[in-house]
Amino acid sequence: MTNNSNANAGEIKLELKNLKKSYGDIQAVRGLSLSVKKGQVVAVIGPSGCGKSTMLRCVNILEEPSSGMLRIGNDTIDFSVRSSVPSGSRLAKFRSRFGMVFQQFDLFAHLTAIQNVMIGMTVVQRRTDAEAEERAMSLLERVGLAETRDRLPKELSGGQQQRVAIARALALEPEILLFDEVTSALDPELVGEVLDVMHALASEGATMIVVTHEMAFARDVADWVLFMESGKVVEEGPPQEVLVAPKNDRTKSFLARYHRQ
Amino acid sequence: MNYNWDFFFVIAGYENWWIKGLLVTIAYAVGTVIGGLILGVICGTLLLANRIWLTVPIHMYVELFRCTPVLVQIVWFFFALPILIQVQLPAWLAAGVGLTLYMGCFATEIFRGGIISIDKGQWQAARAIGMTYVQMMRHIILPQAIRRMIPPFVNQSVIQFKNTALLYVVAVPDLMYTGYLVVADTYRPLEVYTGVAVAYFVLLYPLTQWGKRLEARGDK
Repeated sequence: MTNNSNANAGEIKLELKNLKKSYGDIQAVRGLSLSVKKGQVVAVIGPSGCGKSTMLRCVNILEEPSSGMLRIGNDTIDFSVRSSVPSGSRLAKFRSRFGMVFQQFDLFAHLTAIQNVMIGMTVVQRRTDAEAEERAMSLLERVGLAETRDRLPKELSGGQQQRVAIARALALEPEILLFDEVTSALDPELVGEVLDVMHALASEGATMIVVTHEMAFARDVADWVLFMESGKVVEEGPPQEVLVAPKNDRTKSFLARYHRQ
Repeated sequence: MNYNWDFFFVIAGYENWWIKGLLVTIAYAVGTVIGGLILGVICGTLLLANRIWLTVPIHMYVELFRCTPVLVQIVWFFFALPILIQVQLPAWLAAGVGLTLYMGCFATEIFRGGIISIDKGQWQAARAIGMTYVQMMRHIILPQAIRRMIPPFVNQSVIQFKNTALLYVVAVPDLMYTGYLVVADTYRPLEVYTGVAVAYFVLLYPLTQWGKRLEARGDK
């Protein structure tokens, strides 16, 4: 296992309490609680439509939760109290504390690989071009893509795009990384290169929440696994328990179906 | 047919009329395209704000001007509006307002359409790295959207250029109305209107070719 030593002893970095998100009558997330320690990797699994992506998007308020509480570091947001929910530039600043990687990569289509990594540093953090370029270059090297620096996203393979997207997410030195089914849109032979990068990040001590269908990755890299169904956490625990010896019937049948495929 | 073409007859002595007519036409085309563009950017931006008290009146404006002939609009502003507001608008203003509002409604749709055509993923990725709305628009959305807006905007400008010929009905001395005056003086409609058509063609052909090139580039 690649879990870092401080994973269990570390301070609590992120805490969610009774988080709910509904769209009209549809409740996508129905009261979710979770705490993530510094350096911990939390994997979220579950059938499609179970609310795991919505949950992730609630964490950095890409979707505003309907109610519940979120704490990151020393800042607490109570979504039932309007005034505690950041908006405008405070919301933008809040979001920059997270790095997010998406299923469809979503690299900025008009910018080259290195510009994609730089733009957050120059626009959001107002660093100089030279400074941003130097750091962007070292991030591209870290994901093994230094030679693609001047290519546009459409000139890169899916796996390369996703690795650039990871470099972009790392650029602002986020406190927590959010991965939203980042290998689901990739051809099978490209999945490995992306998982390798995530594996390396985890062993370097990054705090990560990973929504995924890659059970082997969850088993090997995660410190904690949540199994979600219908917007709720059905079972959670260390990967050896949830993935190898699940107690809940729903978890069992989900995993059984999964292993058959 | 034995017609004696004589272009010299309809030009000589009328040079100043023709030059003025040409300049009036170009000035109206350029002026109303720019005015319409500004109007379109403003209305298009307000539509994106998604406030119902803004979107309803703007949609009403757009549909009203899109679904009535611009000829009717110019005539209405010149002959009908003055009765309502008890002020006679000069012809140049009534026609300019009509043409600008007409261009503006198409520019609104082009602007809004360009923005909302940008993939949702681009918006969420920009938000996720902590960009404010203004930063996202300036660095991510507009650079991509403007590329898509240019071809339809050039095409609409070509149509707008041709529509300036309608200035004729309120006696603004553009190319078309100048032609009418010269015909009244010379009784030579064949040379005059052929010449007018050629002048429009020479002005617009390069513009349409440019529009085609931009469209082809946008497809890549």
